[in-house]
Amino acid sequence: MAMSLAFHIVFAALGVALPLFMVIAEWRFLRTRDATWMELARRWAKGTAVLFAVGAVSGTVLSFELGLLWPTFMLHAGPVVGMPFSLEGFAFFTEAIFLGVYLYGWDRMSTPKHIAAGVIVALSGMASAVFVVTANSWMNTPAGWWIDGQLVDGTQGFPMHAGSVVTIDPIAAMLNPAAPHEVLHMLLACYMASAFAAAGVHAWLLRRDHTSLMHRNALSLLLTVGGITAFLMPLSGDHSAKRVAELQPVKLAAMEGHFHTARGVGLTLGGWPDEEAMEMDYAITLPLGGLSFLAFGDFDAEVRGLADFPRDTWPPIGPTHLAFDIMVGCGMTLLALSALLGVLAWRRKRLPDHPRLLLAIALASPLGFVALEAGWTVTEVGRQPWIIYNVMRTADAVTPMPGLVVPFATFTLVYALLSVAVVYLLRRQFAASLHGGSDV
Amino acid sequence: MFEALRIDPATLIAVVIAVALVLYALSGGADYGGGVWDLFARGPRKVAQRALIERAIGPIWEANHVWLILVVVLLFACFPRGYAVLSTALHIPLTLALLGIVARGTAFTFRHYDLRGSAHERRWGLVFSIASLVTPILLGVIVGSVASGGIRVDARGAVTSGFLSPWATTVFPWLVGLLTLSLFALLAAVYLCVEAGDDRALAADFRRRALISMGASTFFAAAALAASEHGAPRIWTSLAVPLVRGTDVAPPAMQLALVVHVATGVCALLTIAALLSQRDRIARLAAPAFVGLVVLGWMAAQYPLIITPDVGIGASAAPQSVLHAVLYALAGGSLLLAPSLVYLFRLFKGRPSAAH
Repeated sequence: MAMSLAFHIVFAALGVALPLFMVIAEWRFLRTRDATWMELARRWAKGTAVLFAVGAVSGTVLSFELGLLWPTFMLHAGPVVGMPFSLEGFAFFTEAIFLGVYLYGWDRMSTPKHIAAGVIVALSGMASAVFVVTANSWMNTPAGWWIDGQLVDGTQGFPMHAGSVVTIDPIAAMLNPAAPHEVLHMLLACYMASAFAAAGVHAWLLRRDHTSLMHRNALSLLLTVGGITAFLMPLSGDHSAKRVAELQPVKLAAMEGHFHTARGVGLTLGGWPDEEAMEMDYAITLPLGGLSFLAFGDFDAEVRGLADFPRDTWPPIGPTHLAFDIMVGCGMTLLALSALLGVLAWRRKRLPDHPRLLLAIALASPLGFVALEAGWTVTEVGRQPWIIYNVMRTADAVTPMPGLVVPFATFTLVYALLSVAVVYLLRRQFAASLHGGSDV
Repeated sequence: MFEALRIDPATLIAVVIAVALVLYALSGGADYGGGVWDLFARGPRKVAQRALIERAIGPIWEANHVWLILVVVLLFACFPRGYAVLSTALHIPLTLALLGIVARGTAFTFRHYDLRGSAHERRWGLVFSIASLVTPILLGVIVGSVASGGIRVDARGAVTSGFLSPWATTVFPWLVGLLTLSLFALLAAVYLCVEAGDDRALAADFRRRALISMGASTFFAAAALAASEHGAPRIWTSLAVPLVRGTDVAPPAMQLALVVHVATGVCALLTIAALLSQRDRIARLAAPAFVGLVVLGWMAAQYPLIITPDVGIGASAAPQSVLHAVLYALAGGSLLLAPSLVYLFRLFKGRPSAAH
């Protein structure tokens, strides 16, 4: 399941962001009548088509897999998260319809109309992401759910027994406390990761073919989007940390490998937890109350440590902390790169295109997705051992089906093959663009 | 407001699911059928046949596919018990069908966007068409299993019939699978007759294929009905018995069965007649009506059960608040969806004059 999600998240993120890029490119064409923008829009549209198809089928697999692997979870949670998923269904429908219109309608309608279809694709893709993330955030902060009149929010355990009366407020569940910050952070991540990934490809191609106007245009557009999101990301991250500190203090403690409640806690870099001794080995702790500030906006605030919580509710500390550090590290690297490129672009009034810079952009291109996967690991692994935070344990929700390893291995293999195929296919498209191939 | 109208929200959502499933069969089903005819493309117009299929499916298959996702989502949101039982008892065929769906969708797109005329393009084509052949059979097996009464559930909602019964142990689900395949192939062939437009020879190719699929559909429908006596007792008593024994059966059941059979038969004959007289546009109306009635016949026989015989609509439904919210979401969503779908189909499936 995790494999399917890890895979789906990359294709879904690209599927959310690429339509935006493609629409901007076509809009630039409309404004400038510069044919290279049009060619770019067409190339990105091809990429969108491939990624949407893969995103759609892997999404289908997931919707079934939820039931196939977690029947108990879906039995109880299905109705509660049904609302966002139904809405997501419609958003997805709209996206599929207008993607069809966009991809096959180049010659059947005027450019503004065509752009409008593309805008609908981009908007509905964004809406899909919003709805799916709300469902996920509900698992972190369950809301809108009562059993025998008792609010199920984790403070009372899971009071379900045969004949219980379940009351659900699907709207309240959708607007659960963790939803706003998770949605914001994830959307920014989609655009940022995709922008840098695509920028890397175009930077690489521009290195090979320094005269290509198309790659130059692509790069300037992508780096602008990437730079803006990279700048907004720490702000959103800071907000998320404050919400997590409030809503899931155990998760925050695990993210930072923070064992003992204290005031003015510094940020911890690296290291691996020694759970017996309750300390972090080989870690660097920064001076100043960085963690206190991150969590509560006050360098002297008290931050609760893991020792305050029962041992059997600790998430796996090592992976959570490591993932958090990786996420922040990648984000910061991209922010630094964006700042450098921004300054250079502003001083020279043109796209910085020194071969070494292009190489740097190409090398940095996977970092956005690394950060995205790491961030997702922080939310999901940091939620363990619960599948629904403080309510249902992951181990209690898994299917009774024997030999689970077989479907698991099958889907992993399928996804691996798909990834290889997608990369291969896109590579051939890129190669074609280098040889000046106009198979569009 | 549902109380005032005396409508049971759970039944209403079941109807929506039924409608979505019929629409999936009529639209998405034809896309599978297209893949089948891609596999069996032959004769002097082999290349033209494949090109027509690709042109016909390309713009719409993703949208058609979403009907299935809608069905799944509504099932787990509104009938969580039914969904939990289905995903446990039919774990294996569902997983296999999923693999088929993945293979078909991606291979189709990859083929379209891979470089023209390459060996890869042919390889993707093969994956696409084989998956298009296998997946409908599996989908039919799932439907057949649900109807068979072979999935047993105890009072606590746990599946007691295991992971292999009934789909691997009885023949009925497989006959339904083959019926599904024939119906999908029929739809595709009938639609393609119209899509062929002025190319009379190409239209004739698909007309012949449509008639073959009609024959196969009739055969497998009869076989499945015959096998239902032991394989799916509920189908047998509500659809087959009234036909054979007539007056022994209680009147409402008999009337229902007769209406379904007569209407289905009329549509089937109309389809054949239209194909033989080359009235392709009439066939394009009659064939989906025929297929839709076959699907509706199954659902009517099964009502009010979601999974025969232990899981009913009422008992497996989610709390009322969820059903209400989902119904409002469905109403709102449809306002957005219906015009979009109409626009899509008018743009690509309107009269040929609109194109090029």
